Amino acid sequence: MVTGWSEKLRRNGFGWGLVLPALVFLALFTYYPMLKSAVLSLYEKNLATSEPVFVGLGNYANLLKDSVFLKVFSNNIWFAVGTVPTSLLLAFVMALFADKAIKGRGLARLSFFYPNMIPMIAVANIWLFLYTPHFGLFARLAAWITQQPVNLLGSPDTVMGALMIMMVWKEAGYFMIFYLAGMQQIPKDLYEAAAVNGIGALTVIRKITIPLTMPTTLFVAVVAITNAFKLVDHLWIMTKGGPNNASNLLLYYIYDTTFNFYDQGMAAAMTVVMIALLLIISSLQFFGWDRKIHYE
Amino acid sequence: MDNNPLNMPLHLKQSEQRAFEDDGTQRTEKIKRRIRQLLWHGVGFGFAALWIIPFVWVVRMAFLPNDSAIGAGWSWSFTLENLIHVWHGAPFFTFFLNTVLVCGGVLAIQLVTLTMAAYAFARVRFAGRELLFMLFLVQIMVPPDVLIFSNYQVLNELGLLDTKVGIMLPYFASSFGVFLLRQSFKQLPNELEEAARVEGASRMHTLWRIFVPLSRPIYVSFAIVSVSFHWNDFLWPLIVTNSVDNRLLTVGLAMFAKSTESGAQWSDVSAATLIVAAPLMIAFLSFQKQVIGSFMSSGIKG
Repeated sequence: MVTGWSEKLRRNGFGWGLVLPALVFLALFTYYPMLKSAVLSLYEKNLATSEPVFVGLGNYANLLKDSVFLKVFSNNIWFAVGTVPTSLLLAFVMALFADKAIKGRGLARLSFFYPNMIPMIAVANIWLFLYTPHFGLFARLAAWITQQPVNLLGSPDTVMGALMIMMVWKEAGYFMIFYLAGMQQIPKDLYEAAAVNGIGALTVIRKITIPLTMPTTLFVAVVAITNAFKLVDHLWIMTKGGPNNASNLLLYYIYDTTFNFYDQGMAAAMTVVMIALLLIISSLQFFGWDRKIHYE
Repeated sequence: MDNNPLNMPLHLKQSEQRAFEDDGTQRTEKIKRRIRQLLWHGVGFGFAALWIIPFVWVVRMAFLPNDSAIGAGWSWSFTLENLIHVWHGAPFFTFFLNTVLVCGGVLAIQLVTLTMAAYAFARVRFAGRELLFMLFLVQIMVPPDVLIFSNYQVLNELGLLDTKVGIMLPYFASSFGVFLLRQSFKQLPNELEEAARVEGASRMHTLWRIFVPLSRPIYVSFAIVSVSFHWNDFLWPLIVTNSVDNRLLTVGLAMFAKSTESGAQWSDVSAATLIVAAPLMIAFLSFQKQVIGSFMSSGIKG
């Protein structure tokens, strides 16, 4: 079929015209800010410098020397390590439990999922209260276990653990949903064949459910790791990153550096680090993409 | 055939015995399975109960009279005082309206931009399509949430700080939505479009009359995910807005909680928390199948 030039031109114009509105907003609020951060990260721009001064990679060198940044960065890694595997495992077990349409399990599914519908900031309020010494339920529980009053959010040793538990509570039910979806796609005859052969429930899980929900696990893992870097709302209410930066996370530190310390050059450099991190994490998913499509 | 009457009873006895043995192992097997199931249910529902505790705690505090809130013991007293007090203590109604406006505004524009882009990516062959699609995926990898620092400056350059439009702007295009809808558009049979064209319908007409209605479930999914995201968003609206008039519920709640730090006011903070969380919770409880289904499909395809 021979298509004329005018037809081709019209089709191209039509395609670009349709994409254009979305593209404009993406350009303004994704591509341009990314570039802007990259450029600004090469300049010194803070309250002391009236005009931005080009410093090359100086800001990045400073980041490596900034003990707070290093602390925040390792905090974030630990936060991911502490929350992601736990959330995934819990989500998987929750899905196993809530998958069957047996009476009462709908209720269980509901109670696992509802934290996802509560704003992070409200979650922070709730848990701040639960952790308040003398009054809060969990604070009292901890005090009863250790036989002394404890301030879970006030001590550098316990603050991360306390926040991780909160995060797992908030997220596990959300990830359960994806496992539920994944489990529903596993052919029922596999389970029937296993049942006929008298294979035990644990073996079935190990040999059928886990391998066949691998694509889900990969997807959820990427979302969970990304969230570990993205969700920082709770810090504003609960700890402000304290005590002594023990609970501070990267994005919150960027926020602090920008709006409380007014150091734009450093904030830009940290934003670039953040972008690089996120790109690396999501490329993990693209490497596993083939397998995912295979099971769909 | 063995008709020896002497053998008969013996034979019977033997099979009876075997049956009894079978029954015995079967019964212990059954009991074992029953115990395992009970344990499994215990753990499952135990966890479910554990998961509800924080919410129950907040609800109890929100309806508990101030004077019994400090006491360590359980109290059955009930009051609406806290809710009324908090509702009048900060302009929560304004925050509520603002939140509805922002969620609605973002969703309305998103639906238009993503429908157009998804159709182009799914059904129109134009130069640079693959490259452009890759470029769109960047927003999924680097969401606007982490670009708060530079987006604030962009908004400043546009002179839109402290406006509701400013809160909404970065989210007007959603690559995630485009991705989701493109998948759905691609799955619709080609014949539909051809038939419409034979009838003389324009491409835009086909899009609005055939593609959009047939992808309704995807639109509902996206709408639920989008609204719940923006209802819950905090850091960005906090940065952008300064004046009380432009505050959203989450920001209003945070400011309110910060202004009341002593333990005596925990019932107020709980009441405020409940007010902010309630609208979405109620919606979720009424449409839970739909909501859970939406998050499910957004995951499989996304």
